[in-house]
Amino acid sequence: MHVSTVEKAEIMDQDQIRRALIRIAHEIVERNKGLEDVVLVGVQRRGVPMARRLAKYLAEIEGREVPVGELDITLYRDDLTLKADQPIVGRTHIPFDVAGKKVVLVDDVLYTGRTVRAALDALIDLGRPQNIQVVVMIDRGHRELPIRADYVGKNVPTSSKEVIHVKLTEVDGVDQVVIAEYE
Amino acid sequence: MSGDLFIRNGRVIDPLSGRDEIAGVLVRDGKIAAVGCGIDGGAAPVIDATGKVVMPGLIDLHVHLREPGFEEKEDIESGTAAAAMGGFTAVACMPNTEPPVDNDAMVTSLLKRAREVGRVRVYPIGAVTKRRAGKELAEMGEMKAAGAVAFSDDGSPVATSEVLRCALEYLKSFGATLIDHPEELSLSEGGQINRGLVSTIAGFRGIPAEAETIAVFRDIAIARLTRGRLHLTHLSTKESLDLVRQAKSLGLEITCDVTPHHLTLTEDAVLETAYDTNTKVNPPLRSKADVEALKNALADGTVDAIATDHAPHHVDDKWVEFDYAENGISGLETSVSLILDKLVRPGVISYLRMAELMSLNPAKILGVEGGTLRERAPADITIIDPDFEHSVNPRQFLSKGKNTPFEGWRLTGAAWATIVGGEVRMKDRKLTS
Amino acid sequence: MALKGKDILSLREMSAEDMETILSTARSLKEILSRPIKKVPTLRGKVVCTLFYEASTRTRTSFELAAKYMSADTVSIAPSGSSVQKGETLADTARNLEVMGVDVVIMRHSVSGSCHFLAKVLDCPVVNAGDGMHEHPTQGLLDIFTILEYKSKIRGLKVAILGDVFHSRVARSNIWGLTKMGAEVAVAGPSTLLPPSIENLGVKAFNRVEDAIEGADVVYSLRLQLERQTKSLFPSKREYHDMFGLTKRRLALAKEDALIMHPGPMNRGVEISTDVADSPRSVILDQVTSGVAVRMAILYLILGGRE
Repeated sequence: MHVSTVEKAEIMDQDQIRRALIRIAHEIVERNKGLEDVVLVGVQRRGVPMARRLAKYLAEIEGREVPVGELDITLYRDDLTLKADQPIVGRTHIPFDVAGKKVVLVDDVLYTGRTVRAALDALIDLGRPQNIQVVVMIDRGHRELPIRADYVGKNVPTSSKEVIHVKLTEVDGVDQVVIAEYE
Repeated sequence: MSGDLFIRNGRVIDPLSGRDEIAGVLVRDGKIAAVGCGIDGGAAPVIDATGKVVMPGLIDLHVHLREPGFEEKEDIESGTAAAAMGGFTAVACMPNTEPPVDNDAMVTSLLKRAREVGRVRVYPIGAVTKRRAGKELAEMGEMKAAGAVAFSDDGSPVATSEVLRCALEYLKSFGATLIDHPEELSLSEGGQINRGLVSTIAGFRGIPAEAETIAVFRDIAIARLTRGRLHLTHLSTKESLDLVRQAKSLGLEITCDVTPHHLTLTEDAVLETAYDTNTKVNPPLRSKADVEALKNALADGTVDAIATDHAPHHVDDKWVEFDYAENGISGLETSVSLILDKLVRPGVISYLRMAELMSLNPAKILGVEGGTLRERAPADITIIDPDFEHSVNPRQFLSKGKNTPFEGWRLTGAAWATIVGGEVRMKDRKLTS
Repeated sequence: MALKGKDILSLREMSAEDMETILSTARSLKEILSRPIKKVPTLRGKVVCTLFYEASTRTRTSFELAAKYMSADTVSIAPSGSSVQKGETLADTARNLEVMGVDVVIMRHSVSGSCHFLAKVLDCPVVNAGDGMHEHPTQGLLDIFTILEYKSKIRGLKVAILGDVFHSRVARSNIWGLTKMGAEVAVAGPSTLLPPSIENLGVKAFNRVEDAIEGADVVYSLRLQLERQTKSLFPSKREYHDMFGLTKRRLALAKEDALIMHPGPMNRGVEISTDVADSPRSVILDQVTSGVAVRMAILYLILGGRE
C-alpha cells in the first residue's frame, strides 16, 4: 500500500550517513563503557541493515563481535484494526537470549513513537533485558507517546504533510535520506 | 363469469388440427363454439389477444399438491392458484400425500376439496400399491370410478418387477395409464447429485445415469410383456430416451415426459450456485450431453410431454446442509416461461409442438378431455404473452414453495391468461376471484 | 492481500496469490512457537469459535492453539452433545454464536458444501475445517508449507497421493493446491476408492500404487476412511495393506530423498506400515507443527478488524 509522495530535498548523503553511524557507534561504546552484554536488534525493515552496519563499526572500534537480531513488530502494532489489509509479517530472528542484555534497538525513523513502543513489547515478551536503548537515524518529532531515542543521527523538524525516507543500499540500492511531501 | 367469451385476434394454435393462424375463438356456455376468421362475438365479453398466442389449456400431468398431510409445503388452494398463474388449466396430482391416495374415499375427498378451493381442474392420480408400499395392489378400479385418471407410486418407483407386471396387466381392464418414476434404488442410494466430474469436485456420492436407465429398461420390458399402457415420468438421461425411442419403434404403447429444469440446467448449477439446495432434485440435474439429448428428443417426437414435477417445499426443508435438504423444485410458475424462452424462442420447438407437449399429449395420456380448440371441446384455454420480459422472483410465487433454482433469471414470455370452462381464472398476471 | 474478512472455503476457489500470502505469513509466524512466551498480542479481543459437528481432537486443538498464540479468545462447540439433539438447525446455531460476538466460525461438518452454506448464513468469516468429502483447505496449505520447508519449491515436484481418494477431502484440497502451484500429481488406489473423472482435475490416476510412487518426490498416504464408507468397497484391511499399503518395499520406488506424509490419524499397518511412518524421511510431525503456523497466518490475515 503506497501513498504517493514527491521528493523535496536531500537531507543526508552517503558520507553523512556513514559519519553519523560511526559517531553513534562511538557513543554506544562510551555510554555502555564497552560492549559487555550489548546486543543489537534491528527493527524490520531498514533497522536491520542499519544494525548490521553498526555491528561492523563496533567491531572496528572495539574489536568485538556484537550479536545482531532482526525484529518484526507487525504483530504488536496498535493500528492493525485501522488498516484496510493486513500488513505483511516479516521475519523475526533473534539467535540469542535477551535476558540480562543491554538491548540496543535500531530503527530508521522515530516519529510518533508507536513503532518503538511495539518493539519494546515484543522484546519484553522474548525475555527480560537489563535495559533497552534506542538508535534512530532521524528523529522527526511529533511524538504521540512518551518515547525518546538515546542515539540520533540527525534531528529533522517536519510537518505531518511530510515524510522522511531513509534509503539504504541493502534495501534501496542507494544511501540517502530525503524529505518528501504527500501528493 | 358466465362461460361466454370472445377471444379476438390472437395467434391460435391447435395441435390436433395443425392450426397456426390469427383467428378468433368464440366460447359459449363453457365450450368452444367456433374458431376462425370473421367470427361475430355477439354480446360475449371480449378478450383482445392481439400479439398473443392462444392455445388449448395447458395440462401438467405431474404435480405434487401436498394435501393432505404436508400443507406447510402446499395445499390444493395454493397449488392450483400457482397453476393458474403459470398458465395451466388442469393439473394431475401425485398420491404421495399423508395419508396417501390409495383408495376411493381419498379420491372423492380430494375432488371435493378441489371443487371447493381449486382454481383449475384437478385430476387425482391414485397409488398403484397400498400405501405406496410396493407390495399389494391398491383398489385401482374403485379409484378410477371415483375419478382417478391414472396410477403411480411416484415419489418411489413401483417396487418390484412382479408388482409392476401385475399392475400393468390389471390396468388393462380399465384402460388407465401407469405412470412410473424410474429409479433403481440400490444404485441411487446415498447419492446427492449426478455422478460425474461435478460430484467428484463437490465431494458427493453421485447418482449414476444407470440408476434411471436400468429402471427404464425394466419398465419397458414389462410393458412389452404385458402390452399395458406405461408412461415414464421425468426422464433425465440420454440413454433413457434412446431406450424409449427404440421401444416406440417396436410399436409399444410407451409415453414419457421431461421436466423444464432437466431441459435448462445441468449439474454444473450445483457448483455455480455454491451448493444451493434448490438445485437438488430427483432425478438429479445431469450432464450437458443429457440436456442436449433431451432437447433433441423433444424435437424428434421421442418425448411426449413436458411436466413440471412441481415439488414445493417449506424453507425449513431446503435452508439446511445439502445432504439434509429435500429433493424438489417448485415449477408451476416458471415452466411456461422457461419453455418459451429456452425452447420456442430459439426455434428448438414450435408453438404447435409446445401445445402438443403441454396440452394435447397430456390429455391423451391421462385420458381426459382437452388438448384442442375444436368445436364442442371444453373451453380450457391458455393465452400466452410471448414478449413479456420479467425476472423470476420466488417471493412473488403464489405457490407456498419458493424453492426454485431460477431465481433472478431474466425470461421473455409468460402465461397471460388462464381460462377454465370458459371462466377466466387468471388474466394479465393476476388471479380473478 | 485481499484476505481480510474473507471466508476460507476451498483451495479450488483460492488464487495462487492468496495461497502464497498465507504461506509466507505462516513462515514468519512459525517462530513464535519456539519462543519461551508463545504469545503475540495481535488478535487480542477477537473471538474465534470452533464449531465441530464431526469429532476431531487434532484439527480443533490446532486451531485453538493458533488462536491462543495470537491472543484471541476461543470458544469450542461440539453440537453432537447439545442443541443438535434438540433439533436446532445449523443456521440457528451459527447465528446465535454470531450475535454473541464471535468474530470467525471454524466449522467441520460431515456434509459437503455445508461451509458454503454457513458462509451464506453468517456475515462474519467462515473457515472450512473439513466438510464431508469436499475439501480441507487448511490441511492442503499446511501440507504444501511442509513440503516447501524441505523442497523449497512445488513446481515440477512429483507428488503421489495414495489411498481412499474417493472419500478424502484432504486429497481434493491437496490436488487443487499442488496443481495450482505446478506440481505433477498422481493418485493411486483401488478403483472403488477413486472418484469418477478424477483425471479431469489435472492428475494421473493409477490402480497400482507402485505406478504413482515411482520417482516421486513426495509420497502422501491417505487415511482409510472406514467411518465414511457405507458399502464394502474393498474386502478387508489385510488385503488393502497387502495390495495398496505404503510399505518399505513400495517406498523404495520413490526418490531417495522423498518425503513421507500423512494427514493423520494413521491406521498403522493398514494404509501405512509402522517402519515407514517412523522412518527419518517421515515429516508427519512437521505437518502438525506447520498446521499451527498456517492456521495462525489465516486467522491473522482474515481477522484484521472491522471495515
